[in-house]
Amino acid sequence: MVVVKRFVLQVHRKSDMSKAVVDLPPKGGFSFDLCRRNEMLISKGVHPPSFRKTGTTIVGLVFKDGVILGADTRATEGPIVCDKNCEKIHYIAPNIYCCGAGTAADTEAVTDMVSSQLQLHRYHTGRESRVITALTLLKSHLFSYQGYVSAALVLGGVDITGPHLHTIYPHGSTDTLPFATMGSGSLAAMAVFESKFREGLTREEGIELVCEAICSGIFNDLGSGSNVDVCVITKGHKEYLRNHQMPNPRTYVSSKGYTFPKGLTEVLTTKITPLKEKVEVIEGNDAMEE
Amino acid sequence: MNSIDATIAEKGLMSSEMGSERTLYPYVTGTSVIGIKYKDGILMAADMGGSYGSTLRYKSVERLKPIGKHSLIGASGEISDFQEILRYLDELILYDNMWDDGNSLGPKEVHNYLTRVMYNRRNKFNPLWNSLVLGGVKNGQKYLGTVSMIGVHFEDNHIATGFGNHLARPILRKEWHENLSFEDGVKLLEKCMRVLLYRDRSAVNKLQIAKITEEGVTISQPYSLKTFWGFSAFQNPTKGAEGSW
Repeated sequence: MVVVKRFVLQVHRKSDMSKAVVDLPPKGGFSFDLCRRNEMLISKGVHPPSFRKTGTTIVGLVFKDGVILGADTRATEGPIVCDKNCEKIHYIAPNIYCCGAGTAADTEAVTDMVSSQLQLHRYHTGRESRVITALTLLKSHLFSYQGYVSAALVLGGVDITGPHLHTIYPHGSTDTLPFATMGSGSLAAMAVFESKFREGLTREEGIELVCEAICSGIFNDLGSGSNVDVCVITKGHKEYLRNHQMPNPRTYVSSKGYTFPKGLTEVLTTKITPLKEKVEVIEGNDAMEE
Repeated sequence: MNSIDATIAEKGLMSSEMGSERTLYPYVTGTSVIGIKYKDGILMAADMGGSYGSTLRYKSVERLKPIGKHSLIGASGEISDFQEILRYLDELILYDNMWDDGNSLGPKEVHNYLTRVMYNRRNKFNPLWNSLVLGGVKNGQKYLGTVSMIGVHFEDNHIATGFGNHLARPILRKEWHENLSFEDGVKLLEKCMRVLLYRDRSAVNKLQIAKITEEGVTISQPYSLKTFWGFSAFQNPTKGAEGSW
């Protein structure tokens, strides 16, 4: 009992001291304050809301003249497909694009943030952005959040130093590769790349290989599906081919459309409630003026 | 009264974990096995590695074995359980031969037997920790099937276990077709095994390919695949990005 009292007193003393000290600005990175409370809730059986993940197959490869990025277009919320045609290839700079896998909000937010930081940097330096700048900004942000920002990215672009392709993992580590895949469909796509990739592919061959890898993910992985998006970046030029391939069309749509003529549905009761009530306006503002 | 019964039942079922006599986790494991149907029969490939956790302990483990006259079995997972399964199958074939009735167990029958064994062990919470691939030809009929450690079984034109599920199946789905020649079949298997060699950490570059046709079983000598590491990007990978790897 005495020990507890002493402990409490000590705590009070500490807080008294801190009031005298100047308030420090809040440090960056993840605040772990709510972790204990969250763990307690989970142990009690409270389920946290499931977040929208992008399931995903994303790929990138370096070809003769630059970089080609590819992605599928399915976004999942647990077992449900919540978006059949979402955009997973994000704009970072005119010469740099980034595919994102993991939590959709995290990939959107982190790529938008780095995109605006790079824009300001371009104004400041007056030069075209470099891929390694985007890489460093992304990796240091993700590292400071210790993997809690669940964004796995394939970053590709062409700058003054040449074409570059990088993968960035949620904990902040990066790889520099000639071909890369990420996401739940990464193994299916990597099987295609490992058996068919060679250096010095032409543009057509590169696009075909990327599409084949994404299709392998779409058809063999449940977290990926719908259409294929492709982005080709070369020196001084980029082409964003949205829905370049659509291998999952809706096979039957009624050509006549759906019409519901009056009388098709049986009317059981009718009740009409007038919305406007008759209001009488009394002339004579003299009362107010007094 | 119900709660007392439950605790007694639980105790009896699981025993104390200390003196447990049920398989909890595998120790020495083999990685993927791939099998395909081709023009004359079945082709199967498996590497010869037996991993002890993260070390590559045994490098000459034969994971493809003939069974009777008409079947070929390949196993991934716990090697000791595979050896036990081979003993069961040996007994099965022996008893069948002792009947001396001119009939012999075909691949479909062996597959069914294995399914029952695996499923019953799983129901006793003491599984044989294997994924088995069973292939064979009998009376001109080709058969290729698989059984997992929980008793999931099915037959198909191409089978892959372990990592092969993720890496080899997409390739097989795209490139397998009816009436592959022997050379094309071997090429397809080697393509899958090469990808597995690159991307599966427990794979070894020493594999055997087994063939079963109406004539019989042939298991090749161990050999290794050619790999390509000469990408120019691998010469100086971080040329454009110092500090990354």
